[in-house]
Amino acid sequence: MSTVTATGIHHRSYRAELRLRHTKAQYVRLALMVGLLLAAPYVLDRYWLGIANTILIAVIGAVGLNILVGFTGQISLGQGGFLAVGAYTSAILSGRAGLPVPLSILIAVIMTAAIGAFFGLPALRLKGLYLAIATLASQEIIMFIVRRWTWLTEGQGFIEVERLSILGWSIKRQTFEVQWYWLLLAITIAVVVVARNLFRTALGRSFMAVRDQDIAAQAIGVNITRAKVTAFAVSSGFVGLAGALTAHYTETVTWERFTLDVSILYLAMIIVGGLGSIAGAVYGAIFIGLLPPLLTEAVEALSTSMPGLTDQLPAIRNAVFGVAIIVFLLVEPRGLDRIWTRLKDYVRFWPFRY
Amino acid sequence: MSVLTRAYQHQLNSSEVPAGQPLLEVKDLSLRFGGVHALADVGFTVTQGTIHSVIGPNGAGKSSLLNCVSGLYHPQQGRVVLHTGAAGEAHELTKLPPHRIARLGVARSFQNIELFAHLTVLENLMLGRHVHMNQSVLASLLWFGPARRQEIAHRGLVEEVIDLLSLQAHRHQPVGSLAYGIQKRVELGRALCLQPALLLLDEPMAGMNSEEKEDMARYILDVHELAGVSVILIEHDMAVVMDISHRVSVLDFGRLIADGTPDEVKANPRVVEAYLGAEEH
Repeated sequence: MSTVTATGIHHRSYRAELRLRHTKAQYVRLALMVGLLLAAPYVLDRYWLGIANTILIAVIGAVGLNILVGFTGQISLGQGGFLAVGAYTSAILSGRAGLPVPLSILIAVIMTAAIGAFFGLPALRLKGLYLAIATLASQEIIMFIVRRWTWLTEGQGFIEVERLSILGWSIKRQTFEVQWYWLLLAITIAVVVVARNLFRTALGRSFMAVRDQDIAAQAIGVNITRAKVTAFAVSSGFVGLAGALTAHYTETVTWERFTLDVSILYLAMIIVGGLGSIAGAVYGAIFIGLLPPLLTEAVEALSTSMPGLTDQLPAIRNAVFGVAIIVFLLVEPRGLDRIWTRLKDYVRFWPFRY
Repeated sequence: MSVLTRAYQHQLNSSEVPAGQPLLEVKDLSLRFGGVHALADVGFTVTQGTIHSVIGPNGAGKSSLLNCVSGLYHPQQGRVVLHTGAAGEAHELTKLPPHRIARLGVARSFQNIELFAHLTVLENLMLGRHVHMNQSVLASLLWFGPARRQEIAHRGLVEEVIDLLSLQAHRHQPVGSLAYGIQKRVELGRALCLQPALLLLDEPMAGMNSEEKEDMARYILDVHELAGVSVILIEHDMAVVMDISHRVSVLDFGRLIADGTPDEVKANPRVVEAYLGAEEH
């Protein structure tokens, strides 16, 4: 339905124009990526597959955070707290209440969305740094409840979760990472597609309108109260899903996994990947997820020639993190997504510059 | 008359108030910021089917007046009444939030362009359709089904606005990268996509050269004559105002000092005094 010529892509219908992919090159890239993802469990060993699984969960969380921060312009430092809500809700419901896991995850998503919407209420009055502080409060309040409400979280906020089993399909010890990989891959792809969908509809556009120009958004008929609260709810829903999956994948829920550091790490993901881009959230999660293991590899490779290096690994890791973020902010504030787009354009227009 | 490139299928004007009947009534409007009286007992009536200009020196309260009509400011006193439907049902606007006023069909542009800079022209115009679109979360996430049908259905009207305002070449460009004059036109287009009952234009020609001004004047006349939309226009360029308005209200220091046809206003000694200063006797 669309024609590609030297002068560009020509659409023959609105429906064709609204597709996410138009050119043969785009479909080829998609096929390549799907091929790589399908081959991964046969190529990677257990250690790297475990890292892949952690990254897949981080992708879901980063997409959720980017909906709020990148697309709606509402800064949030409460990511760790919302992850915790998802994780504890699903762990408690599936463990103590004995609900089936899919149901407990669904309830966790709805619960986190509701709590996210509640903690989003300050956003109706606050912007920018002030909102960041208000969401920081939500992070601390949730962590306080998790650690101190002993009836809810069985004291000290430490819960063990049973190995996953859905309707007779259960995770085996030998194939733990592989089975989880397929499950998480399916969920993550669904999440990314659904998030892409959101931003080609009226609802998603109203989020971006609030980000760019909230007064004009009101004047054009956007109820910004509703838009902001909805954005907090939708975003937190995704984050809750990531939290719940963390609980079942790691089989333990501890509050240390959801501290303020985690909130900031997720912010780093979407900044490095690209604010206001779903693909950017994916790239950012992969980048931040791969950085520590790759650094470890590099340090081990160098340890024969520089023996003292291994002891300094944690320090090196922190330093590299910091440098990476500063470099991205300086060189390409719109992140990996923008770099990838520019690279594609360069190839497409070659030998011309633009 | 400009040449129509195709037959338009959508009515851009959504007001059913019969021509010549009052569309908007401003009554005894007073707005204070602390000790500053931005507006004091301002009252006038906009009739259906007219271009009604509001003029006055800098700081006279023109923009404040528009902000009261579109709900961004809440006046301490007075009423703003919008009539809708064939029977002229009255709606009091001063107590409503801006998005409810937009829902009643009051659309506006801003003095300093307030577009959604990171979005494309098309997305900006589609946002003009916002009040007519459903925003169900589940349908939006699923895309296939109601959400996609809705996007396609509303695209038709948006394309007509693009055609009316000659924005075809810029459809997929982010508005932040467009020239000033075109941004002004996109803002007019976004307001039109609402299918307004009343269009408020706050200095649509500010900062333009004479050629761009002529273009914009032409587009405003098209909007009025072809689409039949009633307009409240704030503008500094006297020649344009006197040329295209049916009625002119003059503000000075927050007070209404004249209200009438362009010729009446031009001859009014208080207007001459406000603009040129009092003659020495």
